[in-house]
Amino acid sequence: MHELAITEEILNLVVSEAKKNSATKVKLVKLVIGEMTGIVNESVSFYFNEISKKTIAEGAGLSFRRIPAAGRCRDCGHEFEVKDFVWACPHCGSLNINITAGKELYLESIEAI
Amino acid sequence: MEIKVLKSILGANDQRAQENRTLLEKNKIVAINFTASPGAGKTSLLMATIKALRKEFRIGVVEGDVSSAIDAETVAKEGIPVVQINTGGACHLDATMLSNALDNLPVEDLDVLLIENVGNLICPASFALGEHRKVLVASVPEGHDKPHKYPMMFSNSDAVVLNKIDLLPYVDFDRDKFNAAVNGLREGAIIFPVSCKTGEGMDQWASWLSEQIRLEQGA
Repeated sequence: MHELAITEEILNLVVSEAKKNSATKVKLVKLVIGEMTGIVNESVSFYFNEISKKTIAEGAGLSFRRIPAAGRCRDCGHEFEVKDFVWACPHCGSLNINITAGKELYLESIEAI
Repeated sequence: MEIKVLKSILGANDQRAQENRTLLEKNKIVAINFTASPGAGKTSLLMATIKALRKEFRIGVVEGDVSSAIDAETVAKEGIPVVQINTGGACHLDATMLSNALDNLPVEDLDVLLIENVGNLICPASFALGEHRKVLVASVPEGHDKPHKYPMMFSNSDAVVLNKIDLLPYVDFDRDKFNAAVNGLREGAIIFPVSCKTGEGMDQWASWLSEQIRLEQGA
């Protein structure tokens, strides 16, 4: 739902980093997105294609590395990947979980010429 | 060539949020960001909170909505400085919107800023505004399973107000399950069961909030 705003931030960051490195054309944008952010890859790609027109990132591909949600049980210490958004420790059943992964949202790198 | 970046996509928003925070602290304003799904009772809670705290603090309000000024008008009737932000379709407030709102508020004359975010439990979780506390307003008819459906928002909130407890006799809402889920996702999160309609629980909520405000003012 909030992909347009997120994609605008991605484009701003891509263009400014590319220019900083004197690039003239961005070929590929590598993103890292945690599952908990609720961001949909296809939606980001759709908006990116539209709003990158007439910028040095026009036509660039997007690659997405998705990070699954993960937690650490505060009761038994078990570390696990959260499957199907079941927020319970698969080892002891406790609901007391510190979220250790899944909130990521960053630009890893850009391939440019 | 490959350009290594490793920067947060919302870094620019975070930066603007930090600027808001600096402006707020310069004016000794404590800001509270209220998030909820539509209809949980954010505006009702805001109104009840204004009533409870206005003797002690000078309060300002920022109303975020996709459209309309209904909520802002409700607040303005109370003689409280209020700015309405219509996000024009965006599902959350961001730091730039709050910055624009601050330009239109009498910041020298405020102690507290209550920010009503857009009704949505997903998107506002990602956008820092510069607030001092995040409060999530949940309500009984939504069901006790909401924390596990919106874990990002619940895990980011300092306190949860559970509104509409006057409806508990009529709804299959398991308070133990709700409390366990909230505390599971956010260690030490405080839950305030309230009814904005009957006033039940408002004293505890209001006294916690004024304590947090005084804490931040002293900081």
